Amino acid sequence: MQNVSLGAHYVVNLPEPDDFAFWRERARGLIQCDVPPDRVSWVEPGGTGDLFAAEGPSRGERRLPVSPEYAREVRASKRFLQLARKAALHSDPARFGLLYRMLWRLQSNPRAMEDKADADVRRIEELDKAVRRDAHKMHAFVRFRVVEAEGGAEHYVAWFEPDHHIVRAEAGFFMRRFANMNWSILTPRGCIHWDGETMRESGPARRGDAPGGDPVEELWRSYYASIFNPARLKVGAMLSEMPRKYWKNLPEAALIPDLIAGAQAREAQMVETGGKDMGDKPGTLDAVGEAIARCRACPIGELENRAVMGEGPRTAPLMIVGEQPGDQEDVKGRPFVGPAGQLLDEYLERAGIDRGEAYVTNAVKHFKYVPRGKRRLHQSPAAKEIDTCRWWLEAERDLVKPRVILALGASAARGLLGRTVSISKVRGEPMPLEGGAELWVTAHPSYLLRLDGDAREKQAALFAADLAAVKERLAELGA
Amino acid sequence: MAQQLSLRQKLEILADAAKYDASCASSGTAKKNSVGGKGVGSTEGMGICHAYAPDGRCISLLKILLTNHCIFDCHYCINRKSSNVARARFTPQEVADLTLSFYRRNYIEGLFLSSGIVKSANHTMDQLIEAARILREEHDFRGYIHLKTIPEADAELIHEAGLYADRVSINVELPTDSGLTRLAPDKNARQIEGAMDRTKSRILQAKDERKRFRHAPRFAPAGQSTQMIVGADGASDVDIMGRASALYGNFGLRRVYYSAFSPIPDASAVLPLKRPPLIREHRLYQSDWLMRFYGYAPGEVAQAAEADGNLPLDIDPKLAWALKFRERFPVDVNRASREELLRVPGLGTKAVAKILAARRHRTLRLDDLARLTQSIAKVRPFLVAADWRPTRLTDRADLRSLLAPRQEQLELF
Ligand code: SF4
Repeated sequence: MQNVSLGAHYVVNLPEPDDFAFWRERARGLIQCDVPPDRVSWVEPGGTGDLFAAEGPSRGERRLPVSPEYAREVRASKRFLQLARKAALHSDPARFGLLYRMLWRLQSNPRAMEDKADADVRRIEELDKAVRRDAHKMHAFVRFRVVEAEGGAEHYVAWFEPDHHIVRAEAGFFMRRFANMNWSILTPRGCIHWDGETMRESGPARRGDAPGGDPVEELWRSYYASIFNPARLKVGAMLSEMPRKYWKNLPEAALIPDLIAGAQAREAQMVETGGKDMGDKPGTLDAVGEAIARCRACPIGELENRAVMGEGPRTAPLMIVGEQPGDQEDVKGRPFVGPAGQLLDEYLERAGIDRGEAYVTNAVKHFKYVPRGKRRLHQSPAAKEIDTCRWWLEAERDLVKPRVILALGASAARGLLGRTVSISKVRGEPMPLEGGAELWVTAHPSYLLRLDGDAREKQAALFAADLAAVKERLAELGA
Repeated sequence: MAQQLSLRQKLEILADAAKYDASCASSGTAKKNSVGGKGVGSTEGMGICHAYAPDGRCISLLKILLTNHCIFDCHYCINRKSSNVARARFTPQEVADLTLSFYRRNYIEGLFLSSGIVKSANHTMDQLIEAARILREEHDFRGYIHLKTIPEADAELIHEAGLYADRVSINVELPTDSGLTRLAPDKNARQIEGAMDRTKSRILQAKDERKRFRHAPRFAPAGQSTQMIVGADGASDVDIMGRASALYGNFGLRRVYYSAFSPIPDASAVLPLKRPPLIREHRLYQSDWLMRFYGYAPGEVAQAAEADGNLPLDIDPKLAWALKFRERFPVDVNRASREELLRVPGLGTKAVAKILAARRHRTLRLDDLARLTQSIAKVRPFLVAADWRPTRLTDRADLRSLLAPRQEQLELF
């Protein structure tokens, strides 16, 4: 048994900066010889160690004491081992000394690792965290580029610059993921190569050793630029996860400055082409009237015409919705005053519904037509125009709050439902609407005007029956 | 038909159309790797974000649509029938090839494939499945696959999707039925829930079978998720949280994603046209965390909301809750239970774990706390420490068991 002289100083030279097993072996021996932490210097290849190590007359293993034959067991907690393995990969030259000090302390205080407020414990945790982050960034930011090897086999080569000694430790991750590819990861701290069967290591590489591009990168950059939503710009969040120091090795990162610079314009364009900002919903029917007079949200508003507002009591239990104003409505500025309106009045009267007690309006507020000489020929509004004008119809609905809504024709039904329905399928049955009102759908009276003979009679009967059903329903509701 | 689009043009259109979907996670699936196989791919539990976009969102999957043609006309959706956007369509083979070329270069963790509805729901679902099948069967791809299923498709097809995918999702789209009726008139809330319910049963059944037969096929091992759009309709935060907690409860969802409604080109006028409510989205995610990791009941998170049913935007929901229930504070860091500490604004789950561990060794003082938490200023008003007492100390004498240190058995070094 060799006596350890107090005051002696030991230097341990590690063969590799990431050789945890070697450190562990030596650390165990030193503890068994009772060498206190301040008497050991740990020197990694290329490192100078601390003052003592530099001064030492002879460097190296020769000076290490030999463990006594019946040496005591050295113990450490699972947690320590877990952290130490990772912390040993950190590039901090003081890491092995720190780990030894902690191992030393664990011998007299087995629970020392549990004290999270302890400075050594905290430092080891910091090292572990930094190494794990570095490994995580390596998993994420390695970008392979293809080179053709002889025989046409593809070889995937990446360049990466880790902060810590993680390359060897992370080889397994890439092997498990790309088991059936030939690949190399080149780094300034050493390289790893996999040929589908064996792992090989080689010394440090330079950036120029790695290929400069890959034909797929252009596609990848297109993807990167397109998946970004300019309306959600959050540069800080991106930078905290993908710090600038990694950018130079990420082919897509070159796009970032332009994407950020252009985001506002793209967002503005999204809003612009996103339809028209209709402003807030007006709070009174008069305000709706003023707003539609100014509205140019769809192309119909650009024609020479005037907006036609609905009319009727502000608290009408029944709301009747037509398609759009016609030529005469446009001239007079009132809904349902042309031929179709007169026909509607007749049928309403026969059904016993007082038009004066209903709120009568249209799904589209402006008259859509094509000029034919002096005449203006009615044109049906497109689905998109109805959907746009729905904003105003909903504003009227919100204010009048009718119990029952009668939609005349498919356009009116779309204005209320947001989808196109077939009249023959939905007529005669009420449909619940958001907010509690119920919707009845029937044909538009102008449809009757276009029919003759039997067909007209048949449709007229259906129309009358629909109105009668609405009348009955209103009575039921006590409205 | 217009001239042929290049693969790159299609990718631009179909990635652009996918950017409104919030889900991106590639975590929590069964572990697999390509050792012993013929293809590439691995999943090791934690998903990896391979890049971040300037919107701060992680890019871990190739997130694209198979096509943005759609027979539906949902107002909030850029792909709706009546929208004027450029349309494109990938073949399943193209999707598989793109996924592989990106994966082999380590750009992505896998594929997240969704689609507009073309021809019919079943036809669309068939195509989605075909892309996944090519990847799994022809290329032995072992990376992550997330398929968005079409609720209107046959149950058998959704089942098939789950056999190839790590995760399946079915979007509920809007938090309330009335919002759905108004903005997605072609969709049906009951149908969506029916599909979720069937998926849930399949997942449970497959898990059960795997317990008994090691080689029973996996079915969506990363579970199912959904997305709700926030700010397109009038639903309040309380409505949204209520819906989310019902979804977690009823359908065993892994995640509910919230997507702040952002202006879409060629949108319908029934939608609000403004910047997406990102802070609101953030507050909803925070409330989600409180329910999933901090032991808050859904009703409790709702108590943090203001009279209009919305969470305050200027403070986080945990602080909002604490300010409403001031009588529950301060709590004593040296004696309080885990549950109580978790309620302290500014203390995360990790800080609480550290406090619990550290206090077995010492009585914590304010400067100890400063080392264990992110910001001492934020937590100080809610805590009592050995040398700190903002107001009266709440008396708790029954915490011995919590304070008693657990002895850890040391192992041979
Ligand atoms: S028809 Fe309607 S949406 Fe179009 S301009 Fe007139 S009011 Fe506006």
